[in-house]
This record gives sequence, C-alpha cells and structure tokens, in this order.
Amino acid sequence: MKKRASISGSTQGYIAIIHTWLAQHARALIFSLGQIYKNPVGSLLTMAVIGVSLSLPAGFYLLLDNAGRVTANWGGSMQITLFLNPELTDQQIESLTQTLQQHEYIDNIKLIDADEALDEYRQYSGFNEALTALDKNPLPAVILLNPARETIASGQGEQLLQYLQNMDAVETAQFDRQWANRLFAFIEIFQRVIIVLSTLLAFAVLLIIGNTIRLAIFNRRTEIEINKLFGATDAFIQRPFLYSGFIHGIGGSVMAWILLITSIKLLEEPVIKLAGLYASNFQLFSLRSGEVAVLIAIGGLLGLLGSWLAVQRNFKAIGLS
Amino acid sequence: MIRFTDVYMHYGDGAEALKRINLYVEQGAMVYVTGRSGAGKSTLLRLIALIERHSRGQIIVNGQNLERVTGRRIPLYRRNIGFTFQEHRLLNDRDVFDNVALPLVISGYRHQEIKKRVRASLDRVGLLKKEKNYPLQLSGGEQQRVGIARAVVHRPALLLADEPTGNLDPALSLEIMQLFERFNQVGVTVLIASHDLAMIKKMNKPIITLREGKLLTHIGQTISE
Repeated sequence: MKKRASISGSTQGYIAIIHTWLAQHARALIFSLGQIYKNPVGSLLTMAVIGVSLSLPAGFYLLLDNAGRVTANWGGSMQITLFLNPELTDQQIESLTQTLQQHEYIDNIKLIDADEALDEYRQYSGFNEALTALDKNPLPAVILLNPARETIASGQGEQLLQYLQNMDAVETAQFDRQWANRLFAFIEIFQRVIIVLSTLLAFAVLLIIGNTIRLAIFNRRTEIEINKLFGATDAFIQRPFLYSGFIHGIGGSVMAWILLITSIKLLEEPVIKLAGLYASNFQLFSLRSGEVAVLIAIGGLLGLLGSWLAVQRNFKAIGLS
Repeated sequence: MIRFTDVYMHYGDGAEALKRINLYVEQGAMVYVTGRSGAGKSTLLRLIALIERHSRGQIIVNGQNLERVTGRRIPLYRRNIGFTFQEHRLLNDRDVFDNVALPLVISGYRHQEIKKRVRASLDRVGLLKKEKNYPLQLSGGEQQRVGIARAVVHRPALLLADEPTGNLDPALSLEIMQLFERFNQVGVTVLIASHDLAMIKKMNKPIITLREGKLLTHIGQTISE
C-alpha cells in the first residue's frame, strides 16, 4: 500500500512539473507576442528583411522547378526543325510529309506552311507594316519533327539528321540537341549558384535575427537583472528571446511566401503568352503546400538558431551589477 | 542565519572592498549595516545575494556554504531571498501587479495563487488600490513600497534592503523602516544597509558598522562615533 501511494505521489509530481513547464512556455510565448505587438513597426521591418532574404533563394528554386517542368519533355525527344525549299509546291510538301510520317525513325511531325509562318511572324515580330509591303511571302514552310525515342536512345539521331539534310526538299535540317545540352549545363551551374546563394542568405537571416535579439536583450537589461536576482533560471530568461527569434523567422518566411505569390501573379500573363509562342500550354507553378511548409520551417529554424546564438553570445555580458 | 568567517573581498583591480569580516546574524533578527559610502555595506549584501563572490573566508547563509552554491543552484538559492534597492528597479513597462508578481512567475506559481499572494503583499504595503498603475505614475515612496512588496511576495526567509530610504524624506523613511519591522515580526530575517545613522538609532535594533571594508562595531556593541 505504502509503495503504491509513493508511486502515485511521484506521478502527480511529474504532472505538476510538466504543467509548470507548459505554463512557463505559454507565458514566454505570450510575452514575446506581446513585445512584437508593442513594437509592430520594428518587428515588421525585421520580418520584411528576412522575407526578402528568404524569397530570393525560394524564388530561384521555383524558377528551377519551373524550368525543370519545361525541359522535362526535351530530354527524351529532341526536335528537328526542317526548313523546306521555298520552291516546293503544295503537292510536293504533301508527299514529303507522308514519306516522313511513315519513316521508322520518326515519331511525329508538324507542318507549319509558309502562310502560317508569316501570320505568326507578323503577330509577334512587329514588322507587320514592312511585311505587307512585300509582294511575296519570304518565309519557307517548316516541319517540326520529333524523332522516335529509340532513335535518340540508340544514338542514331545524327544519321537521321544526315538523311533529312540530304533530301532535295529540305534546305536545312537543324537538330536542337546542341542547344538543349547547353541549356542543361547552364541549369546545372544555376543550381550550384542557388546553393551558394541560399547559404549566404541563410547567414544573412541569422545575422538579422541575431542583431534584433541582441538589441532586445540590451533593451531589457534591467528586466534580465531583476529576473536573475529573484532566482530565474537561464532557461526562463532566454525563453522569450528564443520565441521572439522563432516568431520573427516564421513571420519572415510567410512574407517570403507572399512575395513569391505576388511575383508569380505578375509573371503569369507574359509567361502564358511566351508559352503560346512555343505552342505550349505551360503555366507557372507556385510552391506546393509541402514546399511552403518547408519554407516556413526553414524560417522558423533560422530564427531560433539566430536568437540562440545571440543569447549565448550576449548573456554572459550581462552581469548582475 | 548568516555567518561570515574571515571573509575578504577583492575586486579584480586589487581594491579591497571587505577585509576580514566576522559576523553572525541569527534567524529572525533585524540588523542594520551602516557606514560611509564605499565602506562596503552594499558589497556585504551583494555577497549574500551571490551577485558577487567573496575572495577568501567562508559565508554560510541558511545552512548553505555559499562556495558550494554554483551554477544551477544559484537560482534556487536566490528564491529564498528578497531584495530591495535604493533606485527601486521596478520594470516601468509593467503595472504594479505584474512587477510584484515577478518572483512568483519565476518560481512557476499558478495564476490563482499568484493573484492571491500579490494582492496580500500589496495590501501589506498599503498599495492594493494601485495595482493597475504603472511605476512612473507613483511617488518615490510608493515605488519603494512596490519594491518591498515584490521583495516579500514569495515569502523569503531573508530580506536584504540596500539603502531603501536613500531618496526619501525622514517621515517617509520612518514609514518604510516600520514596514520592514512588521515583516521582521512575522519571522523574516531582515538586513538593511543604510547610511542614515540618525534614523537607524531611532529604530533600536542591532547595528553593524563598517569602515573602509573593516568591521568597526559588531552587533550589540555601541557605536563609538
């Protein structure tokens, strides 16, 4: 009986300790929020700076992500563009497309005849007036041709290109692979740049938060001294500062998210127009909810880390005198 | 309650603040520490509160050897002490209630308990009606009383007061001293540093006199100045 009583007694003790601990955390959190509420301009400015710092790497990430979506279709099936001989008659073009369509190395083709090409050029080049002055359409018909996947995979792309180049009806055949390869290499460099940039900007966020918390610590020196004198533990004193850093970090990443959404809204229309030019229904993608969560978590963690560093560095400086 | 044995205190630059202090204050006593500015009154209190560390000798407070009170034990040790200052040291961005509640919040009391104790403490210093006021709205004497309410709200065994009447006129000073006396009557050991000798003599309590860091008179001795 006696033993049982002592066990339940210690359980109650633990519950009391956990209760106190939770209450202390709640108090620290409310206190930090109160401090931000009392100084909204300063806090918002800090969050805005963090927001800008975080939005840059996040924005680059989005850019890459979108570029990845655009180029995803390019890797396997690269296009060949055939500029046809302008002298060809419609029948000749017709028979050429039929030949090509039946070719085993070719997946599909798309014909843009001279009139369509001219229309498109007129619409987007801004040379409308000049073009009407011409009595003859200067543009050739074009065939966009996707080689079969196996052709590329088995390395017979060059052969196909050679074969097409040698056809009488074709003036020039251009393979887009060279260009695509350059683009992929460029994207790879860009990825590295983003990693470097993200690291630097993460440091910037740490410094911004660290400095904000450092100032807060010095502004509340008296309070810290009094707290210490009445027996506050270091954890008790540090908690509000850590919460404050955390909240600023979260607020900053929410700002970064808002900045990104705004930027995407601004870019949406021209991008759709551009995609239309390439006969694509591509759309800009915003951050998915999981990525938003990661962004906010990164902001929060950087805030916490920055304030922790500031607290470690500056608490020693405050004595009790 | 407090025992100093051959206690020395040097500052980093070699200046001696206290030289070979031996004294004993028994539990439940009310003792004045006096002497000119710089005689070491404040240092004596600061050593007891562990704001500063003595260089040599032994200090025992409430059965604890202060040399062994380090790190995480310091906060727990301090929770048994109340402290008041000449310049009040109230937090001006919080109202009277929150200022007085501070030691209880630190010790993790529940909200209901905090309310009860803060009200009781404010009642004892006669400021219950001012709990919603901010420190700067109060007079000097009132601020000092808020400081005292804060120092006793957690019912410490030992109350240290550093020049509590330094900025107050004689009538107010007497009032404050009588307040300390009342706390002493309910069992709190009280140690008050003050240079106001005229006032202290009126209180008819034991006096410790310091001069240039040395003990000039001990408890029970008469003052030879």
